[in-house]
Amino acid sequence: MFLTFLTVLPIVGALVLAFLPKEKESLIKQTAVGFAAADFLLSLQLWIDFDNTTHAMQFEYTVPWISSWGISYHVGLDGISLLLFVMTTFLTLICIISSWDIKKSIREYMMAMLALSTGMLGVFISLDMFLFYVFWEFQLVPMYIIIGVWGGPRRIYAAVKFFLYTAVGSLLMLVAIIWIYFIIQEQTGVTTTDLMYITEHLNIPLDTQKWLFLAFFLAFAIKVPMFPFHTWLPDAHVEAPTAGSVILAGVLLKMGTYGFLRFNLPLFPHASNEFLPYIAVLSIIGIIYGAFVSIVQEDLKKLVAYSSVSHLGFVMLGIFAFNHYGMQGALLQNINHGISTSALFLLVGMIYDRRHTRLISEFGGLAKVMPKYTVCFMIVALSSIGLPGMNGFVGEFLILLGIFQVNGLWAALATSGVIFSACYILWMFQRVMFQELKNPKNFKLPDMNLREMITIVPLIVLIFWIGIYPQPFMKTFEASVTHLITKVNPDNFRPKKTEEHHAALIKQEDLAQLNKKLQGNKH
Amino acid sequence: MLLKLTWLIPVFPLIGSIINGFFGLKLGKRLVGLIACGSVALSFLTTLLVFIGYLLLPDSGAVYEQVLFQWIVAGDFNVQFGFQIDPLSLTMMTFVTGVGFLIHVYSTGYMHEEYSFYRFFAYLNLFMFAMLLLVMGNNFLVMFIGWEGVGCCSYFLIGYYFEKKSACDAGTKAFVVNRVGDFAFLLAVMYIFDIFGSIDYTTVFHAAPHKIIFGEEAITIITLLLLIGATGKSAQIPLYTWLPDAMEGPTPVSALIHAATMVTAGIFMVVRCSVLFNMAPMTMMIMAFVGGGTALFAATIGMTQFDIKRVLAYSTCSQIGYMLMACGIGAYTAAIFHMVTHAFFKACLFLGSGSVIHGINGEQDMRKMGGLKDHMPTTYKTFLVSTLAIAGIPPLSGFFSKDEVLYHSLIDGNVILWGMGISAALLTAFYMFRLVFMTFHGESRVDPEVHPHESPNVMTMPLVILATLAVGGGLLGVPLIHGWHVLHNWLEPVLHFDLPAVLSHSEHLLHERGEHAPSWGHLLVEQEHNIWLEVSLMVFSVLVGVTGIVMAYIFYIKRPDLPDKLTQGQWGYEIVKNKYMVDELYDETVVKPILEGSHILWKKADAQGIDGTVNGVAKVIGWFSEQAKGFQSGFVRNYALFIVIGFIGLLMIAL
Repeated sequence: MFLTFLTVLPIVGALVLAFLPKEKESLIKQTAVGFAAADFLLSLQLWIDFDNTTHAMQFEYTVPWISSWGISYHVGLDGISLLLFVMTTFLTLICIISSWDIKKSIREYMMAMLALSTGMLGVFISLDMFLFYVFWEFQLVPMYIIIGVWGGPRRIYAAVKFFLYTAVGSLLMLVAIIWIYFIIQEQTGVTTTDLMYITEHLNIPLDTQKWLFLAFFLAFAIKVPMFPFHTWLPDAHVEAPTAGSVILAGVLLKMGTYGFLRFNLPLFPHASNEFLPYIAVLSIIGIIYGAFVSIVQEDLKKLVAYSSVSHLGFVMLGIFAFNHYGMQGALLQNINHGISTSALFLLVGMIYDRRHTRLISEFGGLAKVMPKYTVCFMIVALSSIGLPGMNGFVGEFLILLGIFQVNGLWAALATSGVIFSACYILWMFQRVMFQELKNPKNFKLPDMNLREMITIVPLIVLIFWIGIYPQPFMKTFEASVTHLITKVNPDNFRPKKTEEHHAALIKQEDLAQLNKKLQGNKH
Repeated sequence: MLLKLTWLIPVFPLIGSIINGFFGLKLGKRLVGLIACGSVALSFLTTLLVFIGYLLLPDSGAVYEQVLFQWIVAGDFNVQFGFQIDPLSLTMMTFVTGVGFLIHVYSTGYMHEEYSFYRFFAYLNLFMFAMLLLVMGNNFLVMFIGWEGVGCCSYFLIGYYFEKKSACDAGTKAFVVNRVGDFAFLLAVMYIFDIFGSIDYTTVFHAAPHKIIFGEEAITIITLLLLIGATGKSAQIPLYTWLPDAMEGPTPVSALIHAATMVTAGIFMVVRCSVLFNMAPMTMMIMAFVGGGTALFAATIGMTQFDIKRVLAYSTCSQIGYMLMACGIGAYTAAIFHMVTHAFFKACLFLGSGSVIHGINGEQDMRKMGGLKDHMPTTYKTFLVSTLAIAGIPPLSGFFSKDEVLYHSLIDGNVILWGMGISAALLTAFYMFRLVFMTFHGESRVDPEVHPHESPNVMTMPLVILATLAVGGGLLGVPLIHGWHVLHNWLEPVLHFDLPAVLSHSEHLLHERGEHAPSWGHLLVEQEHNIWLEVSLMVFSVLVGVTGIVMAYIFYIKRPDLPDKLTQGQWGYEIVKNKYMVDELYDETVVKPILEGSHILWKKADAQGIDGTVNGVAKVIGWFSEQAKGFQSGFVRNYALFIVIGFIGLLMIAL
């Protein structure tokens, strides 16, 4: 119940806002912050109560919903979703604080933010396929509105592209869900969309697995976004308001990687193994391609957007390493990207608020006028390129370590990403923060104010915390990852060489005896 | 237990850095300087205490490890955040904190006029922290925190004057080039984990002789990757190009980071992993030639530069080349020995050059110096002593350490390596005295507006101390008499490697696999310590050094017109002066293609190709919808027509 309460709390907040008078802006903002803060603080209780030692779902709650179709409201959290849940409430709070100066229809904006929060939280807790699909589609709407209403000049194009692209991907997922629904009915006689039940009982041949895998793959790969399904991302990011970008990068993209971990891997382990090389190669292309394209971006937000393609390539690569290091690294990198990239978007948003431009060429020498801002930006930038001692390194290293066990060449190619990430981040940083302060429009830019510090400092604390002592985070993944790996372990699907070898060693007489025994058993 | 204090050593400068970084502007320069120097001094004193504690251990040569906490745990991958105290790390810690302290003190004078005084010291302290992590870590990843940390601080400090574009460019270049090395280092660590299931020094180095076959592919790849890492950090061919540019930073930074400490990190890493390198003869050979090659190559460039700091920068590349060459022939002690003496005399030279620059209002071009010895007596004397040391004149420290490297290069290496080394020694003596003569002797070419003056005591005192060390540092390893080589005996437990046992074990492993071991007999032939050969080599290299000095004297004191005459119109000279156009080569072959390629990727592949397809699909669907729209016209007669057409069509199919 608690989980449900936390999930609906934001949308309750949105409803409350609807009844507040439009003119009372500060009251509206305070209410929104109040709901978001309450939701975040209470969600910490989940982390405290969470039992690290088991992979089983926790805080579970089930009520029948549409019983004739076997659909139920079934929610719960495990190690894979716990931190994503907490991060969502956390980033929602940060975003609401960072949106303080929104001028246009603040009430509706806050309502959209809170509704979005509920949609995202719902995705992470749903343990029923149908419920999942409902939330998955639901969160599109507020995001679509946020981009389309509060976005930049090309907001309509970006919003429609975002919506259609994601919706098309998820349609195939719906088909796959229905297909599974019928398979499971045929196989077990049970009419259900319960994910836990299906994960346990689904037993399908490789060919079917492959088709179903691809259907889910398309939905999630677009969301991640994996190369070459990424082109909606730069547009959406560039046009979205700052908070929209933060949520988009911090949470929405994670829904894609989460989907792989919740659906593709456990439901279609054999197909996952079959597709491993393709996904790994696409991820590696994404890592390098994203970094290269980032180097030459002229718009700060686009640069960060393309860097996300690169970072998420790492996450996907880690997931598909199918070993402890890779998968735990990927889960941690999920969180890390949520922290670092969100912080980058917030920082970019701050100078956009001051200058109403994000073109790198408009800036230069900001370190002189905005020292606090520079320090924060530097820390976040370094965390984004994976400097050891900061969060990005731990995740990236584990992912690379994991993929190295699978294929040394892949690891080498992926590792080259560390060089290129340094190129684009540092070059950008140099042109924005360092060098001569030439543009007269930048001469009198105010440094970060208290409210802006409040949004950035917690992220910086997390950057160092995870970098220096990641154990509290890593521990939550451990049991779930172990469980998932036993399912998708490539050894399960390899022709069992060792046994054949043993078989050859068994002598003829033994075989004859064995046959007799077997026949005896039959009779 | 004094050893329990170990963890404090890196923590002091970290605290100093945090205090200065956050509150430096309010504290005032005096206090900032005090905190910065004090924290490093505390670090140095604690190091001495730990040193004593280590010496008091009953078991000499033991490894003391202090684990603070579990850093990263995933499955069976388990990295501790821990420190390792053994002779090698103690040697490094002592000279890093010692030399670091002197440079901190010097900097309080040198940087006194700077507004961002606090920022400088925050960086400098942070660098000390990272450098100490690098040398103290007990596994590859803690080393890597320091490894990237020093690179990062170096980036901050090179770009300290961030309003200068050249400084920013140099900083970014240093970071990126270092990252190329780090990339290889990371891969090596992953490979090591793949083979050993651990990245702890103790575990890996103990397991290496048992798990690995001498000279096999895996160990060769690992060590080659480590070598690439070392060439990045230690500015060796092919990744040296960042170091000369790094001279954009304030001069004390050049002394601390780009001469005495950070750039030797690569050598330290190689020595730390000596067990692995010893098992990869091919890497060793490549390493020796990379080192020897850099020593010679950088020395030739050093002869042609006019920026006083750039000469020293190339000299640093060259001297580190010696160290790498020593590692490559297995003379690790010689490498460490040269590293320590080099830290003394090169730090002194850099700080001396800083004192010169300080004294003539920031001028760095040697063509605008000259005759400064009377204006700056202390700087001159200390500079001269250090120059004699680097030129290899006995009994100064550089003589002993360089000769040890050269001796080993002939005995354990081959004539080519020795030839590269001795040629580089000739050039070193020449260009260093060229520098001394152009700066301190002859006619003054200083701008008449400028009045050269000696630097304050706070700057000259460190010079005097470093010069003294440059004189006496050779005592660590007087080579001639057996058993007198303090450093050798001291490092023996770290470097111990039982080649015969390793080879026989490798043979055993190969037999198990059913393969034949190659003949390794020649590796086991003990080189006899030939004292006469050593003495004659010494005499020869002293002669070479003196020749270099005399040549410099002729060229720059006796006949100052000669250099111009000889070099005018010589294309060879122009090429060397332009640093063999390597920067241009890298720009053309790496930087430009990446930039242009990325642009094409973005504009063509991404915007037109991929996004074009996406939008194209949308357009096609739109077009079809547009066509289909016509059907729903709202005119009944149209619908009637469709019904008739459909009916006829059905009929035709039916018939």
